[in-house]
Amino acid sequence: MIISASGLRKDFTVSRKVGRFRRERDVVSAVDGVDLSVERGELLGYIGPNGAGKSTTLKMLTGVLTPSAGEVRVCGLEPVARRTTLARRIGVVFGQRSQLWWDLPLAESFELLRHIYRVPAADHAARLARCVDLLGVDEFAATPVRQLSLGQRMRGELTAALLHGPEVLFLDEPTIGLDVLSKQAVRDFLAELDAAGDTTVVLTTHDLADIEKLCRRLVVIDHGRVVHDGGLDELHARYGSRRVIVADLDAPWPDGLALPGAVVTAVEADGRRVTLALDGVAAGEVVAALAHAVPLRDLSVQEPGIEDVIARLYRREA
Amino acid sequence: MGKARVYAHLVRAQVRSQTQYRASFALDVVGSMAVFAIDIGTVFVLFSVSGSLGGFGGTEVLLIAALAGVSFALADLVVGNADRLREYVRTGLFDSLLLRPLSSLAQLLAVNFALRRIGRVVQGFLLYLVALFVADIGWDPARLLLAATAPLVGAVFFGSLFVMGATVAFWWVESGEIANGFTYGGRDFACYPSTMYGEWFRKLFALAFGFGFISYLPALALLGRSDPLGVPDWLRWCSPAAAAIAAGLAALFWRTGVRHYRSTGS
Repeated sequence: MIISASGLRKDFTVSRKVGRFRRERDVVSAVDGVDLSVERGELLGYIGPNGAGKSTTLKMLTGVLTPSAGEVRVCGLEPVARRTTLARRIGVVFGQRSQLWWDLPLAESFELLRHIYRVPAADHAARLARCVDLLGVDEFAATPVRQLSLGQRMRGELTAALLHGPEVLFLDEPTIGLDVLSKQAVRDFLAELDAAGDTTVVLTTHDLADIEKLCRRLVVIDHGRVVHDGGLDELHARYGSRRVIVADLDAPWPDGLALPGAVVTAVEADGRRVTLALDGVAAGEVVAALAHAVPLRDLSVQEPGIEDVIARLYRREA
Repeated sequence: MGKARVYAHLVRAQVRSQTQYRASFALDVVGSMAVFAIDIGTVFVLFSVSGSLGGFGGTEVLLIAALAGVSFALADLVVGNADRLREYVRTGLFDSLLLRPLSSLAQLLAVNFALRRIGRVVQGFLLYLVALFVADIGWDPARLLLAATAPLVGAVFFGSLFVMGATVAFWWVESGEIANGFTYGGRDFACYPSTMYGEWFRKLFALAFGFGFISYLPALALLGRSDPLGVPDWLRWCSPAAAAIAAGLAALFWRTGVRHYRSTGS
């Protein structure tokens, strides 16, 4: 087990104004008893709404924040007490915050990191070559970081986090704000990293495509607590989120028509638009049955959003 | 020595970043040298009005002021940018220092290293050499050693003040200029013979807070004079101990502060 946490908690005191001078102090638990264990080589999606405690957890796992209570071990080390030792064995990318030297060309950041982590020149060159291959960072290596586009910078950040060959890679919203192509590049790269199998990845994201493409295992937290730990399918199955087909018809929907594997959830526009929720069968079967039963003009298949799944999940738990 | 090389790389990178803005760099150097000259000038204006300061003659006052000046300039060059911590804490940028396998304090200093402050150091050393030359010092090996190490010891003391002042930001982000009261105030105090100050003020700042150990007491030892107000002679040689205590306290403040660091929501 490369990451283990039990009863992990982080309290913050928040003072708020009461009247003109008086202030009252409240204790807020940003992370409230999280248990987590991750095996070497896993790729874990750590998700939840804004303010759920994702970043706070990551900061405790990386030694940035001191936990208020609980046990944490990453690579067998206690993160805060062994911060500098641990730093050599993990890589971190915070989507909103750069690890690079703002005024210097990207290549110089890489060179500085080689010295900071004391990476042998040959290892450094090999890892850099791999990142050039997969992320194309050589195209803008001579550009000062402040002039890079967000997508280029993020590819630079990923490279920077991997040059010392970390055992665990922590990614906090690495695709936030990126255009479709850059997102795709980052995702492909992480998939490749996962397939190689020697790096453990913990990923926080709000992007459903990230999760579907990359994460076999999902840990969902809300209000600082783990509310789900398992695969994406289990999450969908457990919380009844389903794919939806919306079909426009040339004739009104016949009352009482039932299709196997689908439930009619809405009939609109004088019966010319119908919405069907799928019960886990392949969309093709339902579409075929639909086309056979009614004159079909147009249709679209909508994936359930992960936010939607999570919203459902909170309502059930409440 | 591997560590020192790593920091040297960081400092060089910072210098390269800064020299991208050449004109502003040149202005900064000239400006900070002018400020230093005015500070030393102030001491002499006071001196020329009263003839002596706190019972000390011109060359003696010069030695005290020059030693305080060079110590402060040296500390300011290396540790003066510790006050950038406030910004790092407020914006959460401090996270990125904690994620690297190096001391967070040393990184903060290295990545904010301001070469423009070197002007004052050079100026301070020249003035200190002049002061040593013109002062009436009975040179012996102990005094040679003292004269050579006093600026470093004083710089350690000032540097510790800078660090302690900066750590306030871990608890109180809107700490503003409070810390500067101690660092700049301490330098101004140390520029003059302690005998100038009133009784309780002198005891509190010169001895309890230790500002007397920066330049006044070592200058007494160099000059072979006793403190007119009865501070024991052996204390004149105790500046390294005072600086070590200050550095220890600063390290403790820093360590405790980092544990209190709250970061920011991302």
